[in-house]
Amino acid sequence: MKTDTPATILAAQENAAPRARPWKAAIALVLLAALIALPLFSKNFFVFQLTLAMVYAIAILGLNLLTGFNGQFSLGHGAFYAIGAYTAAILMDQAGVSYVWVIPAAGVVCFVAGFLFGLPALRLEGTYLALATFALAVAMPQILKFSPFEHWTGGVQGIVIMKPDAPFGLPVNQDQWLYYFTLFTLILMFVFAYNLVGSRTGRAMKAIRDNPTAAKAMGVNLSLYKSLTFGVSALYTGVAGALSAIVVQFVAPDSFTFALSVILFVGLVVGGVGWIPGALFGALFILFVPHLAEGVSKGLAGAVYGIMLILLIFVMPSGAAGLLRLLFDRFTIVRRLFEGSSGRKR
Amino acid sequence: MDLFVHQVLAGLATGAIYACMALAVVMIYQAIDHFNFAQGEMAMFSTFIAWQLMEWGFPYWAAFFVTIGISFAAGVLIERTIFRPIHNAPILSHVVIFIALFVIINSFAGFIWDFTIKSFPSPFGTRPVLGQGLLSAHDAGMMAVVGIVLLMLYGFFRYTRIGLAMRAAAANPDSAKLVGVRVGWMLALGWGMAAAIGAVAGMMIAPVVFLEPNMMLSILLYGFAGAVVGGLTSPVGAVLGGFSVGVVENLAGTFIPYVGREMKLSIALALIVAVLMVRPSGIFGRKIVTRV
Amino acid sequence: MTMFKYGMLPALALGLAVGLAGPASAQKKYDPGASDTEIKIGNINPYSGPASAYGAIGKTIGAYFAKVNAEGGIKGRKINYITYDDGYAPPRAVEQARKLVESDEVLLVFQPLGTPSNTAIQKYMNAKKVPQLFVATGATKFGDPKNFPWTMGWQPNYQSEGIVLAKYLLEKNPNGKIGILYQNDDYGKDYVKGLKDGLGDKAKTMVVSELPYEPADPTVDSQIINLKASGADVFFNVATPKFAAQAIRKAAEIGWKPMHLLNSVSASVGSVLKPAGFENSKGILTTAYIKDPTDPQWKDDTAYKTWVEFMNKYHPEGDKTSSFTVYGYTVAQTLVEVLKQAGDNLTRENVMKQAASLKALELGMLLPGVKVNTGANDFFPIEEMQMAEFDGVSFVRFGPVISGAVGGGS
Repeated sequence: MKTDTPATILAAQENAAPRARPWKAAIALVLLAALIALPLFSKNFFVFQLTLAMVYAIAILGLNLLTGFNGQFSLGHGAFYAIGAYTAAILMDQAGVSYVWVIPAAGVVCFVAGFLFGLPALRLEGTYLALATFALAVAMPQILKFSPFEHWTGGVQGIVIMKPDAPFGLPVNQDQWLYYFTLFTLILMFVFAYNLVGSRTGRAMKAIRDNPTAAKAMGVNLSLYKSLTFGVSALYTGVAGALSAIVVQFVAPDSFTFALSVILFVGLVVGGVGWIPGALFGALFILFVPHLAEGVSKGLAGAVYGIMLILLIFVMPSGAAGLLRLLFDRFTIVRRLFEGSSGRKR
Repeated sequence: MDLFVHQVLAGLATGAIYACMALAVVMIYQAIDHFNFAQGEMAMFSTFIAWQLMEWGFPYWAAFFVTIGISFAAGVLIERTIFRPIHNAPILSHVVIFIALFVIINSFAGFIWDFTIKSFPSPFGTRPVLGQGLLSAHDAGMMAVVGIVLLMLYGFFRYTRIGLAMRAAAANPDSAKLVGVRVGWMLALGWGMAAAIGAVAGMMIAPVVFLEPNMMLSILLYGFAGAVVGGLTSPVGAVLGGFSVGVVENLAGTFIPYVGREMKLSIALALIVAVLMVRPSGIFGRKIVTRV
Repeated sequence: MTMFKYGMLPALALGLAVGLAGPASAQKKYDPGASDTEIKIGNINPYSGPASAYGAIGKTIGAYFAKVNAEGGIKGRKINYITYDDGYAPPRAVEQARKLVESDEVLLVFQPLGTPSNTAIQKYMNAKKVPQLFVATGATKFGDPKNFPWTMGWQPNYQSEGIVLAKYLLEKNPNGKIGILYQNDDYGKDYVKGLKDGLGDKAKTMVVSELPYEPADPTVDSQIINLKASGADVFFNVATPKFAAQAIRKAAEIGWKPMHLLNSVSASVGSVLKPAGFENSKGILTTAYIKDPTDPQWKDDTAYKTWVEFMNKYHPEGDKTSSFTVYGYTVAQTLVEVLKQAGDNLTRENVMKQAASLKALELGMLLPGVKVNTGANDFFPIEEMQMAEFDGVSFVRFGPVISGAVGGGS
């Protein structure tokens, strides 16, 4: 894999620019304030859509940790999303567990699943790993429909779930409450991701991505870190899946076909591989652009979507991350504002 | 025993379908070092073109070869117009373009020819070859075609200069340029050939599964699986891989009690992944050694 | 004088009362989506993804509404038809349903397609009290007025078809050994359940093999071989058009000639039997409730000719050989009837009420003898069908029009 991704360059800038931090913090705060205020002034349907977008963002973030920061190519994250969703659904429906606790539960289950999958996958590289993960995603609906499991999974009929009400009698409706709940989870996951990526573990992950042989030579335990990353990545996507089960209020095998894995992957690339905030861009793209495409042409919605995707890649080959990097490089004003890349030459 | 033989033969027949596709997959892989998701859709679109030509009165073989020509040109065109501008982009972005192509082609096919199934003629007829309907003439013909294409590919890569140039361009573009290989056109040629092989595959497959825009999706997956299991660097391996997938799938579905009939697909995929654990580059694949 | 005075007052009062609260037709009542000039009708169909073949239904419905509008609309109101793609994915269906109800503010959601999609939106629609009307699926659970008063099916549900076929089997071939090929989803499983329920205790002894397939499978050849090997002499073919055709052809190829029961979804002369081969399809039995447009017996039928005219004028790109277009046409006609019956009282409640008061409604492309009937406790509009056998050219109907009512409709 190429080492000179926009992410590494952005990261280098970050590491070299402590003075840039206050600006970034300011932007983050403004964004946060906007996100908190939004549902109070929007229609329920829009709030619902944004909640879904946040859910996708968490899932894409999970995929990013694996592919963007650890270099393991996965086309099967839909499977972990499904496992998370079904864990949540089964716990809520059959064991009456509260929605608050199913999220971490789904996370744990998926972490284990991801770790276990990551172990044998250690031997596979690039396209071969892609196939293995793809196979998992393709097989998932069939596994979910499997008759002996029907008692728990509801088989092809799926499981219907109740939406929770706001607790403590807060003056928000169900959609708004779910929005805030998801927002809170999103922030948590993002903070954790930032910490992970900046820590020793994160450096090990990135080292493995950039040059596995060198990493190994320097004493990084490849097997451990690769499997761990798989587990964490699955955990993120599983949490997203669990949230989606609550937001959509329904799980069924048809909700988790391989098309989902493909969409998450598209979201990853559009947002920018190896750039954490990219998950938000990617999520917004995969949620809203299909509606746009449908608006343009009913019969050729798919073609319009595909063409938009191609144009996007033409304009921003490295996703939103690449676009930002371009702005950094091209516009002195922006660069000065961020005052971080002094001395870094193109 | 009878059932076993029958299922094996049926598996070989379906396997021939996967092998056809696997060849196209390997072809594109040899050319661009990556797997093209849109391969199946391109094959499907080519088959529709052939169908349309026949609807307009072309005889079968005329439509067959004209379609191959059109597909070849289309493949070259796609490479030159869509992939050339982004050839410096990260690999993952390329994959997204493949996905976009998939969606676009599928959407257009559905729009132009709609989704009802259409029958596509076979040049071999449907008479049974091995009594009692164990193998039809078309199945046998399909296997023969796969064999012919395989031989042609093998000969091309091994014994012609262009084949060598293409392999060089894929393996080490920079060095290849230095010795005078026109890497850009090698890529385009690779795409063209892959599209042409895909067209052949589509026209062989459609008589069996019936022509409709969604016909190639699972076949592409199985073909891909077969190619990977056989080894992405080896056309022979890919073909054998395709056949094995077909046979294993049928036998699993028939003989594994209880689980087999519902989990055919999952079992086949699990086996593929298992094979990859043992031989990570596929059964016949060569291990690619890269400089650190 | 006094009498006159007193006579006037009550008369006046009565007049006022009548004027204010009068019969529905004298007064206009609207829910979101309805007005003096238009009626907004929402729809969710798979225009992309694995089930995109069914998108033909949504398109035909749109064409029919265009025809209605061209002819003046419903009592002067034009139909504003808003249809969205869900790609057969439940989460997307939920999104589109919410968009229709909350963003587009439609009066009702008509003919959402697919059991998973409908299951996903059922609770929401009922909570929001918006009609989920004439759903495009034969799953039995959508005719449950007690628990889901805002949801209603339309086509004969799959289980009743299974029951009708089972009754036929018990009568004509009580010792038959049945092999079943079914699609591994709600549609397939519902049919199988119907058949087994209809066979009762004999199901255990009669059914010798049940083999599923996934819509993603390339062929079902392997399953057919296994079914033959199981010794079955009755073949219950619960497959969608592509696979049904493959099954018919493969069975003929390997020399298996069972009594062949084909589900109505795939009983189309032009779209299924022709590709499969007319010779191979001789003797195939099915239940039917709608006219097959590719069946030559309807060539001179008035209703058929009207349909062809409609297709030529308003939906020329539609496939005249596909039963989906006839289905879309007929179900759209049903809705138009309901809306006409509702008159000026276009509240959602009244729409459901009218939908539940269809008495022996006859529609052109329904088979002769099959009528639409609903009631407060009967949310299965069409329950009648007739057996038919393919003679190499068309489906020849025989026997009486049978009702396949499933235990009281819930």
